[in-house]
Amino acid sequence: MVISFLSALLILAGLVFFLGAGVGILRFPDFFSRMHAAGKGDTLSTLLIIAGFALYQMRDLGDSEASVSAVLVALKMLVIIAFLYIASATSTSALAEAGWEDGNDPVIAPKHENRLAGPPESRTAAADLNRNSTHDSQP
Amino acid sequence: MTFEHFSIGVGVALLLLMIPAMCRIVMGPTTMDRIVGANMVGTKTTVLLVIIGVIFGKVDMFIDFALTYALLNFTGAIAAARYLRHKGRRGIVLASTSEESVCERA
Repeated sequence: MVISFLSALLILAGLVFFLGAGVGILRFPDFFSRMHAAGKGDTLSTLLIIAGFALYQMRDLGDSEASVSAVLVALKMLVIIAFLYIASATSTSALAEAGWEDGNDPVIAPKHENRLAGPPESRTAAADLNRNSTHDSQP
Repeated sequence: MTFEHFSIGVGVALLLLMIPAMCRIVMGPTTMDRIVGANMVGTKTTVLLVIIGVIFGKVDMFIDFALTYALLNFTGAIAAARYLRHKGRRGIVLASTSEESVCERA
C-alpha cells in the first residue's frame, strides 16, 4: 500500500514537471530556450513517471510465483530509464547544434550583444544580423 | 480507487499535457521547433505505452514496444539533426571568433 502511494507520488511529480515543459515549449521566445525547456522537463518527467510504474511493479515482491516476471518487467523499465537518460540529452544537444547551424538566432536583450557572432570589431554587423533575423519570433 | 483507474487518469493527463507540444509542432516558426515538439510527443508516447500495458495487465508485452519506440524516437531525432545541420551557416562552428564567419553569415 505504501509502495502504491510512493509510486503515485512519483507519477504526479512527473506530471508536474511535464506541465512545466509544456508551458515552457509554448511560451519561451526563441528556439534555444524552448529547447532548454523541452530537454530538461521532458527527460525528468519521463524518468519520474516510468520510475513510478517500475516501483509499482515491485509491490508484491514477497510472493514467490509472480516475482520473477515482475522483477524482469521492472528491470526493463530501468533499462528504458537508463536509455532515455542518455539519449534525450544526446538528441537535445544534436538538435541544438543543428538549430544553430540551420540559422536560428537567440533572442538577446538590446543592452547585451551577441558574443557568439564574431570578434569584437565586427559585433555591430553581427548585431544587425541578429536584429534582422529574429524579428519574427518577438511579440 | 484502484491503481488501474489512477493509470487511466495519468494517461488522459499526459494526453492533455501533450497539447502544448502539438501546438508547437503546428505553429513553430522554424523546422527545428517542429522537430523538438515531435521529439517531446514521441518521448511521451513511450510513457503512454507503459501506461497502456499497466491498464491492460500486459506490461511484459508493452514494455518491449515502449523500448523499441524510444529507440526509434532517438534515431529519428538524430537523423533529423544530421539532415538539417548543413543547410544554413555552412562551416561555421559555435562560438567562432574568426573574421570570415561573420562575412559568411551575411
